[in-house]
Parts: sequence; C-alpha cells; structure tokens
Amino acid sequence: MGVIPPGEGAPLPPGAAQDALLQQVTGELQDKGFVVANVDKLVNWARAGSLWPMTFGLACCAVEMIHAYMSRYDLDRFGVVPRPSPRQSDVIIVAGTLTNKMAPAFRKVYDQMAEPRYVISMGSCANGGGYYHYSYSVVRGCDRVVPVDIYIPGCPPTAEALVYGILQLKKKINRTGTLWR
Amino acid sequence: MDLALKDLGEYITGHIPEDVTGYDLQLGELSITVRPESIVRVLTFLRDDVNCRFKQLMDVCGVDYPERELRFDVVYNLLSLTNNSRIRVKLETDEDTPVPTVTEVFSCANWWEREAWDLYGIYFSSHPDLRRILTDYGFEGHPLRKDFPLSGFKEIRYDDELKRVVYEPVKLTQEFRSFDFLSPWEGVQPVLPGDEKAGDPEDNAAETEGDG
Repeated sequence: MGVIPPGEGAPLPPGAAQDALLQQVTGELQDKGFVVANVDKLVNWARAGSLWPMTFGLACCAVEMIHAYMSRYDLDRFGVVPRPSPRQSDVIIVAGTLTNKMAPAFRKVYDQMAEPRYVISMGSCANGGGYYHYSYSVVRGCDRVVPVDIYIPGCPPTAEALVYGILQLKKKINRTGTLWR
Repeated sequence: MDLALKDLGEYITGHIPEDVTGYDLQLGELSITVRPESIVRVLTFLRDDVNCRFKQLMDVCGVDYPERELRFDVVYNLLSLTNNSRIRVKLETDEDTPVPTVTEVFSCANWWEREAWDLYGIYFSSHPDLRRILTDYGFEGHPLRKDFPLSGFKEIRYDDELKRVVYEPVKLTQEFRSFDFLSPWEGVQPVLPGDEKAGDPEDNAAETEGDG
C-alpha cells in the first residue's frame, strides 16, 4: 500500500516523498480541521476495504474457503470477515454445488442482502455445473439464479485462487463502482 | 468363521423355514433371502433370538435389475455387536408390490425407507411418513431407476419478471457424450516393458509345458 498523491495515479512508495506528502496532509488537517476528497472514491475505498462475505459453503469448495479465512491466508487482513447473516454482508461466495432444491433458498438469501451486493462464484460446480453438469438435480451454473461478478475456476480452487478472486473483486469495485450501483 | 456363519444360516432357515427362501455364503458374508410379506417377522426374529442378536440395522437400500420380472431388491444389512457378526437380508419386489415397513422393529429404518421410496419408488406399506427425502420438492420420477434419464426432466432458472425461481423442461446446449473406451486412441491399456504376454493365457500355458 502506498499513498496516492492528488492528481496522480500511481501510489507513492514509502520514503522521503511519501513522508513529505503525509506531513502536508496532516498539517492541513491540523490547520483547517478537514481534508477534501472525492466522495465516490472514498466510498469505493471503504466498500473495497471491508467486503463482508455471506458464508455460503455448499460442498467441498467450502473447505478451501475456510482455508482462506484461517491463519495461513487470513482474509481478515483484507477486511474480509465472514458473516452469518445476509443483512450484514456485501458479497456472497457461492462455494460448491448449487442443487435445484437449494436454488430458491439461495436466491432468497441473495435477495435479503443489502445493496451494493456482489457475487463470487467459486469452483466448477458453481460456475457451470462442473462435474454435475448433466445431473438431474444440479443447477448448471449459479448465474442462472443470480448475477455473478467474479468466477473462480478450479475443482476446488485453492485458497490462494479465492484470495485472488476477492482481490479481483476489489479491483472491479474500485474501477467501476460508483455511489449508486 | 465361515463355519459359524454357515451354522447361523442353517439355524435361521431351520427356525423360520416358511419365511426364509434360502441363504448364501459368499466372500465370508452371509445373506439370506426372504419373502417380502414376512420381512417384519424375520427382522424381529434376527433381533430378538438369543443366538442372533442382530440389534443394529446398518442400512436399508434398493437395487434395480430392470431385466427381472420383480425388478427391485430391498437389502437390509444388520450388525450384531454381541456376536461380532453381520448379516444381509434380501427380498424381491416390483413397482406395484408394497413391502411391509420395518419401522416398528428398527425405528432407524424410517428415513432409509423414505430414501428407497424417493430414489427407486419402492412402496413401503403402513410407513408412518412416506415422503420424499432427498430430491427436490415436487420432483417427478425416481432417479436411481435404470430407466430414469440422466439429466431428468426439469431445470431451474430465476425469472426476473416473476421474481422467483421457475422450472422449465431440460434444454442442453450440448448433449451428454458417452466416450468409447475401447477405441485404440481413448482406451489404451498401459503395458509394462517385458510384460507383454502376461495377460495371454495360451502363451502362459505353452510356456509351462515347455518347462516340463
């Protein structure tokens, strides 16, 4: 992480130049009592920095999702904290096989999430049915039920792949997110 | 051990000959075949008899043999911790013939019979709650039957106008492909160097003759 100076795109690496800029901002804050920023950028920063996912583990992918939460990869570092309730979450990670019987319940959970909401489809089964594509009881891709933002390939994807997918979602929010989604 | 199982088979057929149609000992496992209408009596006997004591029902499952007149088998696997032995009880039925429920004898049979009903359509008479257990609500057909199509009949989609999940007839973009594993390109059997004749019985026989 670096500090982005006003009017420039690339973040400043830590060093004398960054210290000078931080000094300047701190001085301005102490002098005037406020700083000026773009509200949509600020909102995007806040959204991307605390993506709370709805826990929605459906099959073996859930185990890899758990790995990503646990101490080795530690998604807490990215402000990603699993929530037990759709009302508190910003993103739902569909980790596993979505069956026909589960689909209405899944849609209900998605509908209960507050805007802005995002969907990460994790693993082959959630992406397109995967191994169970021709099954009589499996939805051929969770994008038949909800709009999906990020697809993570793999069977199951590694925890690293999930972390990468979450970082991609952060990028997507920073790039396209506006105040009103 | 096989002898003890053989004795047990003789014992059971001797005590309830009108219910048991036969017993079979294979791979060190004893299985008996019974008439469908007497399954409750047989399981009660196996549970309560002092020489059997099969107190635990491990599972109840169905098997489909579509070429048979009575196409279904119902298989009950029992375990006796007291005698450290297991037994398999089998009976034959078809789509229309009900099998008496054994929930009165083993209450754990409740959900297994529901499962057999759900997946095979085997009807258990006087079952307390014979509903589907695994498949979707309102599912049509019994998916583990051999004549059930792989992809079923219905598929699911969220309808944005109706604001709910709707069921539609299955429409596959690409049909299911069954690969030919006997083709020389797809089904090549790996052969170890120097081991080419290992699977050829004629050559092996010739070799032994030559040695003698």
